[in-house]
Amino acid sequence: MPAGAPLLSLDRVTMQFGGLKAVAEISLEIAPGELFGLIGPNGAGKTTVFNVITGVYAPTQGRIEFEGRPIQGLKPHAVARRGITRTFQNIRLFGSRCCRDNVCIAAHQHAEAGLFDAVFRTGRFARDEARLMREASELLEVMGLSPWADTLASELPYGQQRRLEIARALAGRPRLLLLDEPAAGLNPQESDQLMHLIEVVRRRFGLTLLLIEHDMRVVMGICRRIAVLDYGVKIAEGTPDQIRTDPKVIEAYLGEEVPADLGAGA
Amino acid sequence: MRHAAWWAGSIAALLALDFALPRLFNPYIVQVVMLCGINVVLAVSLNLINGFTGQFSIGHAGFMAIGGYGSAMITMHAGRPWAAALIAAGVPAALAQAGPLLLGLVGGGLLAAVAGYLVGLPSLRLRGDYLAIVTLGFGEIIRVLILNIDAVGGARGLPGIPGWASFFWVGAGVLAVVMVSRHLAHSTHGRALFAIRDDEVAAEALGVDTTRYKVLAFVIGAFFAGVAGGLFAHYLSYLNPNSFTFLKSIEVIAMVVLGGMGSISGSVLAAILLTLLPEVLRPVKDYRMVLYSLMLIVLMITRPQGLLGSRELTLAMFRRRRAATA
Repeated sequence: MPAGAPLLSLDRVTMQFGGLKAVAEISLEIAPGELFGLIGPNGAGKTTVFNVITGVYAPTQGRIEFEGRPIQGLKPHAVARRGITRTFQNIRLFGSRCCRDNVCIAAHQHAEAGLFDAVFRTGRFARDEARLMREASELLEVMGLSPWADTLASELPYGQQRRLEIARALAGRPRLLLLDEPAAGLNPQESDQLMHLIEVVRRRFGLTLLLIEHDMRVVMGICRRIAVLDYGVKIAEGTPDQIRTDPKVIEAYLGEEVPADLGAGA
Repeated sequence: MRHAAWWAGSIAALLALDFALPRLFNPYIVQVVMLCGINVVLAVSLNLINGFTGQFSIGHAGFMAIGGYGSAMITMHAGRPWAAALIAAGVPAALAQAGPLLLGLVGGGLLAAVAGYLVGLPSLRLRGDYLAIVTLGFGEIIRVLILNIDAVGGARGLPGIPGWASFFWVGAGVLAVVMVSRHLAHSTHGRALFAIRDDEVAAEALGVDTTRYKVLAFVIGAFFAGVAGGLFAHYLSYLNPNSFTFLKSIEVIAMVVLGGMGSISGSVLAAILLTLLPEVLRPVKDYRMVLYSLMLIVLMITRPQGLLGSRELTLAMFRRRRAATA
């Protein structure tokens, strides 16, 4: 990949469901190391963009390149193997497993022991398993989940479930992490802590982040660049200050009225 | 080294039981024990598909039939002459039969595994009720095919299968399926299966090739169902398509559900319980199956999550309990 090239680029990506264009000709470029925000009103197509990037849907039109190679049309697990993992807006943990297992499952692609090793308990299996457990413990530690390592994911308090989603996505050792409303349902204090944690994680693992967020205050606080979607169309892109004053954005969020404190939470 | 000792110990224990059982108990009890063992293999193997991976398969009798008939054909046509030659050369009978029987059991299992692969393929697209209907259809097709193939006896059944499967072999089958399941459950691959059961979309997004693992569960489950069929054939010396009806599949599902989806020890316990129950209820004659069904209903109402839920019975559990009461 040449220097200065984007890590992820979407080139006029369209996703059509029957007569509905959920995403229409969206182009985005995300540079390595960036923390990029994707915002927009309900139903604007934000999660659809995530689903198209991660291979849940194959885009109707357009190109998606990751590290200079096309990834559109790949199956989700293949996209994950290329180095893109995600969290889900409506938490999707493996409820019947403990936190450590949840993280280990996501490290799946980095396991070296094959089926034979597992069934016959070879030395390679033991080494592999020990390494996976160690890495899982580290990630749980980073996300402040160590006390819950052996708790079933379904029995975890809500805020910790949100954190576990992130720990799990990190276990896939992504280069690009997609966070779908990580602070949804958290109180302002919890969401501040989480955003701080996300920033810590980004630095520590050298990640690039694409973040969907409803809470404008949060996005404006940590993202350097933001794109705004409305009815599947990108209506603006720029720095938080540019977005805050963009008349199209204001209209999309609040109708015709000009808000007094758009930055303080929409 | 620990593994080697463990295996040697298990084999010695199985051989000792193999020797002792027929001498200590009457043939009826031995038969019930054998059927318990075969049903345990069936239940634990179905648990891999239904319990671990959460795919609803109701065609397990079909895999069992393929393994049973396949292994019978192998031992009748290739195994018997081989064993006879060995015995003529002065090898003791039990030892001479071991090779051919093992070949038959593994061969039957592999045939069933191929069938499992073919049935597993639609599971990529189908889930829940729809997959259940496909597997139901598969089981019935196998049974009807066997009914109409004269080379395997058709509706008359297949007599004259060498009765080589002693307790040692059934016990070995149980040990094999339990060990494979256990080792699988505590590995990356088993965790991938559980992940698919809990949330397929999330599993896929985190790099688990769900297609591959769903088929894998079918292949391994079908293999051991085939082995169970082979044990069944070589224990009874006779096979009939009527042993592999839809009802047999349902019986195995009842074992898995009663034991607790995903719990290996639960499947083992429930398989033994549901094999013993009809036998214990023999004195009540005509009401036997009514009582059996009633007890099943009561058990499921009182423990809807199954006997063990998704937990496993372990030695540590007993130790903990003892520590708590002491």
